[in-house]
Amino acid sequence: MTEIKSNAQLDLRGVMCPINFVKTKLKLETLEAGEVLELVLDSGEPIQNVPKSIKEEGHKILEVKKEGDHFRLKVQKG
Amino acid sequence: MTDHFIEDKTTKVNVNLDNIGERVDFNDLKSGGFIKQRQKDLFAVRLRCPGGRMETKKLVEISKIADKYSKKGVVHFSFRQSLEILYVDYKEFRNIVAELEKIGQKVASCGPRVRVPTACGGCEYNPNGLTDTQGMAGMVDQKFFGTPTPHKFKTSFSGCPIDCARTKEMDFGFQGIVEPVWEDPLCTGCTICSEACKEDAIVSDPDTGKPIFDPKKCIFCGDCIRACPTEAWKPKRYGHIVRIGGKHGRHPMEALEVCTFLPDDKVAEAIEKTVEWYNANGKRGERIGNTIKRVGVQKYLDFMEPVFKHGSPVNYLAPGV
Ligand code: HEM
Ligand code: SF4
Ligand code: SF4
Ligand code: SF4
Repeated sequence: MTEIKSNAQLDLRGVMCPINFVKTKLKLETLEAGEVLELVLDSGEPIQNVPKSIKEEGHKILEVKKEGDHFRLKVQKG
Repeated sequence: MTDHFIEDKTTKVNVNLDNIGERVDFNDLKSGGFIKQRQKDLFAVRLRCPGGRMETKKLVEISKIADKYSKKGVVHFSFRQSLEILYVDYKEFRNIVAELEKIGQKVASCGPRVRVPTACGGCEYNPNGLTDTQGMAGMVDQKFFGTPTPHKFKTSFSGCPIDCARTKEMDFGFQGIVEPVWEDPLCTGCTICSEACKEDAIVSDPDTGKPIFDPKKCIFCGDCIRACPTEAWKPKRYGHIVRIGGKHGRHPMEALEVCTFLPDDKVAEAIEKTVEWYNANGKRGERIGNTIKRVGVQKYLDFMEPVFKHGSPVNYLAPGV
């Protein structure tokens, strides 16, 4: 599988809900539709909540990788 | 004369309606909703607001009426989502009812009857919502409001298992649920669903990352469906958990679950038949939870079978019954 290239990155380790989502949203707003944001989220509440909210706002989660106690996601702007 | 539709819970002040018979049409007051205050001659007028929802235009008009009739210029948001206009003089009942009528606002109920349903935001705008709680509350209010019962009969609708509308404390409560179903070919083994499930109903296979589902732990909240990036988890069916016999007050009781996945279009029938059973079996002044304790829940379930068969049975009953 070819590596999905990201246009922007956001490391949200240590950032609480719902600020992590607000930051994700603000970052996505700087991108064009179809561009990809790479996100790092903690396990627990952040990974429980942020992907749901991303989907609800019409973006697509292309890839999820678990790395220890955090997750690396690639999100395509909808 | 003391009108029995007027609730007088204090004995501190007598309700004297002797001289206003010609000024107050008691037919207007049949549904109750006028609650004696401790102050002489003054009543709280409780408005009928199913699900706690109101159009802003109506709210503006109500504020004007409240401002005109409340001797202190105050309203109170009640615990059952109604708006109460406080400090209204009983001699003004007819006028305030007429003015409220003009803007399409009805007065609520007191006493032994089906009360205005309460409801959370539900699926209309709450991200967790699974059922149309507001639609249901409106429907139940239209069909059943004021129906006489042996004691008060409170209903509520929660949109999901978080249960903000406290169906566990209602005489008859409906809480939204969704049954998740998993499709292997769509799953990428990302493990998000096992993180999203707060009930430990999903653990990830240590090799593939794919979910191993334990239906006994599942409370049907749908978090897994909403979190899954690939739609491998999908909703199979939506419905209501039906709870009966809960109450708060001096001696709180937790409701019993009597049906799961009851579809929307069977809710009205469930209420109609339950009210019929309650009226046939309940003693005057007895809440349905106590009727069920006395008569036995199985008798009730047998009676409800024609309705509850459209949902799924509950495989356990709360301890103690
Ligand atoms: C009760 C009021 C408010 C709340 C609860 C609130 C909350 C938040 C939160 C949680 C964030 C994300 C913080 C972060 O990225 O670390 C945020 C970001 C932001 N807010 Fe507010 N906010 C409020 C009022 C306002 C107002 C009045 C303005 C502007 C006049 C404003 C402008 C912004 C801006 C520009 C950002 C982006 C900051 C960034 O680049 O990260 N906020 N707000
Ligand atoms: S019960 Fe669920 S749907 Fe209703 S308000 Fe609470 S969280 Fe939202
Ligand atoms: S519906 Fe809720 S409780 Fe059931 S498996 Fe999904 S997340 Fe867990
Ligand atoms: S969230 Fe979806 S894709 Fe990820 S492991 Fe669970 S079912 Fe599979």
